Amino acid sequence: MTVETKLPFNQEYIQAFSKDRNEPGWMATIRSKALEMADSLDMPKPDKTKISNWNFTDFQHSYKEAATIASLDELPEELKAYFDKDASMENLYIQRNQTAAYNSLAQDLQDKGVIFTDIFTAINEHSELVEKYYMNDAVAVDQNRLTALHAALMNGGVFVYVPKNVQIEDPLQAIFWQEDTDSALLNHVLVVAEEGSSVTYVENYISHNDTEETVANLVTEVFAHDNAQVAYGAVDNFAAGTTTYVNRRGVAQRDAQINWALGQMNDGNTISENITYLLGDNSNSEAKAVSVGRGKQTQNFTSSIRQFGKQTDAYILQRGVMKGAATTIFNAIGKIEHGGTKSNSEQESRVLMLSEKSRGDANPILLIDEDDVTAGHAASVGRVDPLQMYYLMSRGLEQEEAERLVIHGFLAPVVSQIPIESVRKQLTQVIERKVY
Amino acid sequence: MSGSVLEIKNLHVSIEDKEILKGVDLTVKGGEFHAIMGPNGTGKSTLASAIMGHPKYEVTEGTITLDGEDVLEMEVDERARAGLFLAMQYPSEISGVTTSDFLRSAINAKREEGDEIPLMKFIKELDKDLDYLDIDQNMATRYLNEGFSGGEKKRNEILQLMQLKPDIAILDEIDSGLDIDALKVVSKGINKMRSDNFGCLIITHYQRLLNYITPDFVHVMMQGRVVKSGGPELAKRLEAEGYEWIKEELGIEDEETAEQNA
Ligand SMILES: Nc1ncnc2c1ncn2[C@@H]1O[C@H](COP(=O)(O)OP(=O)(O)OP(=O)(O)O)[C@@H](O)[C@H]1O
Ligand SMILES: [Mg+2]
Repeated sequence: MTVETKLPFNQEYIQAFSKDRNEPGWMATIRSKALEMADSLDMPKPDKTKISNWNFTDFQHSYKEAATIASLDELPEELKAYFDKDASMENLYIQRNQTAAYNSLAQDLQDKGVIFTDIFTAINEHSELVEKYYMNDAVAVDQNRLTALHAALMNGGVFVYVPKNVQIEDPLQAIFWQEDTDSALLNHVLVVAEEGSSVTYVENYISHNDTEETVANLVTEVFAHDNAQVAYGAVDNFAAGTTTYVNRRGVAQRDAQINWALGQMNDGNTISENITYLLGDNSNSEAKAVSVGRGKQTQNFTSSIRQFGKQTDAYILQRGVMKGAATTIFNAIGKIEHGGTKSNSEQESRVLMLSEKSRGDANPILLIDEDDVTAGHAASVGRVDPLQMYYLMSRGLEQEEAERLVIHGFLAPVVSQIPIESVRKQLTQVIERKVY
Repeated sequence: MSGSVLEIKNLHVSIEDKEILKGVDLTVKGGEFHAIMGPNGTGKSTLASAIMGHPKYEVTEGTITLDGEDVLEMEVDERARAGLFLAMQYPSEISGVTTSDFLRSAINAKREEGDEIPLMKFIKELDKDLDYLDIDQNMATRYLNEGFSGGEKKRNEILQLMQLKPDIAILDEIDSGLDIDALKVVSKGINKMRSDNFGCLIITHYQRLLNYITPDFVHVMMQGRVVKSGGPELAKRLEAEGYEWIKEELGIEDEETAEQNA
C-alpha cells in the first residue's frame, strides 16, 4: 500500500468557499463530510493501470473570477469552431475557468420550465431539486477518494432539467474552457430528464496547459425517468499537463434510454469511468467511446452497463488508436443482474496500433447472473491491414492519406454518434491533430 | 501520341519464395482490349498484382514499363497516379469510409493541390455513373465494399474505373459472381471506356463476358507463362474445347506429372 500524502485543504477553507457562493446548508454539509472522508478512502482502482504515482490530490483550487463573455464574437477562433455557425446557438453555456461566462436558453424552453444553468445558480435557485439528485444515487460521495474530493471541492458545472413530457429538439451545449493554466477543475454536470421527456446534451472540455501541471476531477450524473431519453455527447480535450479523473454515470428507469458518445481526446493521463444503471424494465443504453493516445500518456477507460430491469438492452462500443509510446486500457463490462430476464448485453472494444512502442489492451467482460438472456462480445488489438492500404493506394491515395482514411473509418462508428455537427467536425479535427 | 503503352518483358514473380510467373511477355496499348484466360492457379492474378505492386509479390526478373517509365520502381500509389488501375478479384472492405468520400479522395489524389474537383461537379459525375451502372444511389453513402454482395463489389470496381479514368486498366475476373443483368451492365461500363486513350487487360474464365466486350487479342496463360495468343476466335475455341488441346499442341505436361518425370 502506498502512503498517501495528506490533502492540502482544510475544513476552514472549504466552509469559506461554500459561504462565498451562498450555498445552502445541505451543500456545505456535503462538502464538509466529504473532506472528512477523503483522507481515509481508497483511490479508484482502474483495472490494469497503476495510478499510485499520479497526482490527483495536490493542486491549486483558489482562483480569480474570469471575465464574462458579452458576445460570442469575442471568443478565440479555436473556441468558435465548436459552434454551428449556421445554427443559432440558443442553448449554450460557456464556463470560462470557474466562471459562468455565457448562458442562453431558448425562450420557449424557458417557458416550458426547462433549466439550463451553471451549477452554483442551480444550487441556489433550485435547491431542493438539485439536492434530491446531487451525489446520491448515481455517483456516491464515498465511492472513492476522488469522488469525495470532488464533493468537497466542486468548483464548476452545469445543471440541466427537463420537465415531464417536454421534448427538446435542439441540443444543449456546454463548453468548459479552462483558460487559466494552473487552477484545477472539479466540474459537476447534473442532467435530470423527467418522465416522457427528451434531451440532447453535448459538452466540450478545453485547456491549454501543455507544461503546467494541474488536475481535472469531473463528475457527471444523468437521470432518465420513465420513458425519458437522454443523448449525451462529449469531447474531452484537456492538454498534456492535466491529469484527469472523469466519472460519468447514468440511471435509467422504465422504458428510458441513455446514450453516450464520448470523444476522449485528452493529452494527459486519464482515468475514465462511464457507468450506466438500467434499473427500469425495457430501458436501454449505448455507451460509445473513442480515444487517440499519443506521446507518453497513459489512459484507462472503463465503460460499464449494469442491467437490473427486465428486457433491457445494452451496447458498449470502444475504439482507440494508439501511437507514440502511449498506453491505453479499454475495459467494457456488461453485467446482467439477477432478475434481468430477456435482456441483451453486447460489448465491443477495438484498438488500432500505429507504432511499435504503443500499448493497447481491450478487455470486454460479461458478467451474467441470469439464464434467460442474450449476450455477445468482441475485441481486437491490431495494426492497419496492409491489404486495405494496398487497395486504397492502388487508387492513387498516398500512404499517409490512405492511413488517414482507415483511421477515420475505424473511429467513425463512435464519431458519427456525436450529436452536434460542429462538435463532430471539431472532434474529427482533434483526431487528425493527434494522429499526425 | 495517342494512348499509353504498358510493356511487360520476361516477368518472373515469386510469392513466399515460390516462383509463380516464369517469364511473361505482354504489351497493352491505348485503344486495345486484351483478354487473358487460363486454368485456375496459373498466375493470372499474380500478374495483375505484380503490375499494381501488391506487397506480397516479389519480382525477381524482368521489367514492367508504362510509356517507358519503370513501373517496378514506383510505389503502389505512384503506379495508380501514373495511369494504372486494377479492378481486384477480391476488393478490400474499408469500414467507416463511404464510397463517395473515398472516390473524391482518389480523384483528388490525381489532381494538383489547389485544383481539387469541385464538390458539385463530383456529385454530378458520380450520379451519372451510378445511373449508367444501375447502382442504387445509396451505395455512395455506404462504407466502401462493407457488406456489399459479390456483384455489388464488382459494380463498385467498375464505378471506380469510370470515375478515375485510368490509361490502362486490368480487370481481374470482373465477371465472376455476376448475374446476367449485372454482366450486361458491367460490360456496358467497360465498353464506355473504350477509346484510343484507354487500354484494357481483362482476366476471365468465360467467353460470356467476351460476348459483350470483344477483345482485340486473347492470350492463354499456363504455368506462369503466356503460351498462346490469338484473336477473339481463340476464346471461343477455349470455351468449346477447354485447355487440353493447347497442352497437347504445345507439349505442356501437368506440373505434378512433370515433377514425377523429372
Ligand atoms: N499468398 C500465397 N502463398 C502461397 N501461394 C500463393 C499465394 N498466393 C497465390 N499463390 C499461388 O500462386 C499460384 C497462382 O495464383 P493466382 O492467384 O495468380 O492464380 P490465377 O491464375 O489468378 O487463378 P484463378 O483463376 O483461380 O483466379 C497458385 O498456385 C496459388 O496457390
Ligand atoms: Mg485469379
